Amino acid sequence: MWLPRLATDRLCRTRPAWRDAPLITATSGTNRRVVAVSRAAQAQGLRPGMPLAEGLAQVPDAVIAPHDPDGDHRLLAVLAERCGLYSPWTATDGASGLWLDVAGCAHLLGGETALLEQLTAKLRGLGLATRAALAATPGAAWAWARFGDSKAPILEEVVDLASLPLAALRLAPRCVADLSGLGLRRIGDLLELPRPQVALRFGREVLWRLDQALGHEAEPLSPIRPVAPHRAHMGFAEPIATAEAIAEALRRLLADLCPHLDRDGLGVREMEFTLFRVDGTVARAAIGTSAPVRAPAHLFRLFRDKLREIRPGFGIEAAHLDATATQPQPADQTDLDGPAGDADLSRLLDALGNRLGPQRLMRLVPRPSHVPERCVQRRPVADPPPGTDWPAGRYPIRLLEHPEPIEAMAPIPDAPPLRFRWQGSVHQVTRADGPERIAAEWWHEDAEERDYYRVEDSQGLRFWLYRRGHYGQPEPPRWYLHGVFP
Amino acid sequence: MPSTILDRLRRRIAVLEGTGRDGSSPVLPLGLAGFEGLTTGALHEISPATLADSHDGAALGFAAALLGGLVRMTRKPALWLAEGAPPHGPALATFGLEPAQLVVALPGRPAAMLWALEEAARSRALAAVLGEVRGMDFTAARRLHLAARDSGVTVLLLNRAAATITPALSRWRVGGMAGADDRWRLELLRLRGRSPDERGVVAQWKVDWDGTARCLGVVAPTGDRPAVPDAARVA
Repeated sequence: MWLPRLATDRLCRTRPAWRDAPLITATSGTNRRVVAVSRAAQAQGLRPGMPLAEGLAQVPDAVIAPHDPDGDHRLLAVLAERCGLYSPWTATDGASGLWLDVAGCAHLLGGETALLEQLTAKLRGLGLATRAALAATPGAAWAWARFGDSKAPILEEVVDLASLPLAALRLAPRCVADLSGLGLRRIGDLLELPRPQVALRFGREVLWRLDQALGHEAEPLSPIRPVAPHRAHMGFAEPIATAEAIAEALRRLLADLCPHLDRDGLGVREMEFTLFRVDGTVARAAIGTSAPVRAPAHLFRLFRDKLREIRPGFGIEAAHLDATATQPQPADQTDLDGPAGDADLSRLLDALGNRLGPQRLMRLVPRPSHVPERCVQRRPVADPPPGTDWPAGRYPIRLLEHPEPIEAMAPIPDAPPLRFRWQGSVHQVTRADGPERIAAEWWHEDAEERDYYRVEDSQGLRFWLYRRGHYGQPEPPRWYLHGVFP
Repeated sequence: MPSTILDRLRRRIAVLEGTGRDGSSPVLPLGLAGFEGLTTGALHEISPATLADSHDGAALGFAAALLGGLVRMTRKPALWLAEGAPPHGPALATFGLEPAQLVVALPGRPAAMLWALEEAARSRALAAVLGEVRGMDFTAARRLHLAARDSGVTVLLLNRAAATITPALSRWRVGGMAGADDRWRLELLRLRGRSPDERGVVAQWKVDWDGTARCLGVVAPTGDRPAVPDAARVA
């Protein structure tokens, strides 16, 4: 797909009054140059690349907008997502092009011609000048979209490229100028020359681009989104906009997709619901599960909260449901063991994980370390049941994430403090146990050792304190409160 | 006797209101004299005796012990909805709560905490859910209580605010006591169907947690301590 006037068309979308004006975009700075021109501006003789002053001398009433490549590219990315409606494999191409791999997709939309017509009609409906071409290789499609016959957008044989100018080969302008200086103007001229001579005289790039266009050399392109192996699709005769209609669409897509997963023995770990709005933008909702799931009701419940955040805009004309991550799931186990089976638990955990975020849901797992803050690991709930080899001994029930500095008074070195002050109140220590010396493993940077004391104050509150450093050294020791005991 | 008739009436009203036991929900015996046990499938409130930050060690210990008892009684896991950091893993087993049987969630905002509590209270997959909260309005707590009654999940609210949570079936104030590790003062401030004394306390006990027997042992008054403390097993 080629959008020759992306920059000016984008501006016209925001200001319809500019539609018929000679609109140009120009770079900023002292030496301003024209970058993009609208159809009206082109008709009056303005060309991209000419100095702005010269352009204004020709067309004094031209409307000038700043050149905004980022804005252009954002729109292009949105369009690439939008084209996901026609093919799961889409990508942006340079500053004004889009790639779609429609292999295997065309028959779903009534054939290649119908697909191209729908595609161009859609983009033109958005106010974007569009030329589309379909060919066996990306290079040939690129050439045909820009230089080919717009009345016959499907290039059946790549050799038909021979009549196109050399610029269609995606060569640098300078290279094209050099070649035309030698009398080579069309691709066919190049094809007639012996290959070694071409490589020798004009560089490897010429041959390489030629081979890409003709399909002698593969041209791998990366799609903007990975292609999901399982997808259900639905188009709406009339755009939908209500929350109920969206929910119903999701329900039907789930009913569509889940039997396929069942047949393949798979369960969903991640799923994405994509909604295509009429105005060309895309809304998405994604969920994750703690264990493979393919029960439509369960998956629907996980989406429910996210659906509320979807803004239908001017309406939604199509929807996709992708199982973006799946895992083998054995054949359905019927709930014979009553309502309190594992399914209930995973349903609860999925609901919590999706609403709160997966990193906020965990099991606590022991980790072999003497350092208090490192001896517990937070593991995702989907992981296999954790080990139980916890260290023996007395540990605080709560460990402060950041140890709190306290002012402690200890009468003699290595003795527990007599009293300490924390958050403005003084605690008289009545019982104490320690020190227990804990040093970080040697491979850690902060391997400074800490002396821990368990202390009880006169009110019966029990704390875990530690001291860093020793008395009698130039720097006085510092005391911290690290945890509370029951 | 008129008082027993009154008691019976009160109990019937409590059942009708959905706040009392109708005899079908089991209780978790705690081995406390004069207290039948913690009613499962209901809302209970636990508050630390001192409300300052990080003075809630005893209340956390008591809550972990209750969760552990409920997990062992129902053979289902428990959910701990922590306010800040999760509880420290190595200490939990001491209170009869195996971390393998525990899922911890950090809801973050109070609204998310409330949502998570309600979601958990509705799930039949759990033995109990503990939420660390700072007060809760009447309607929300009442909804939680009704959800708990329907699902059988016991909902414990560790309340760090001075304001009480009215719909709770029981309200406990837990503070540490000097003299021994894991020694607590348990004050039952409220129990549906029982009226508090002039100090606002229904009953109180001084207990030691016995980590090996996994039960509470009542501390006898000094000088009157029996040779073997009468310990009753929790579940």
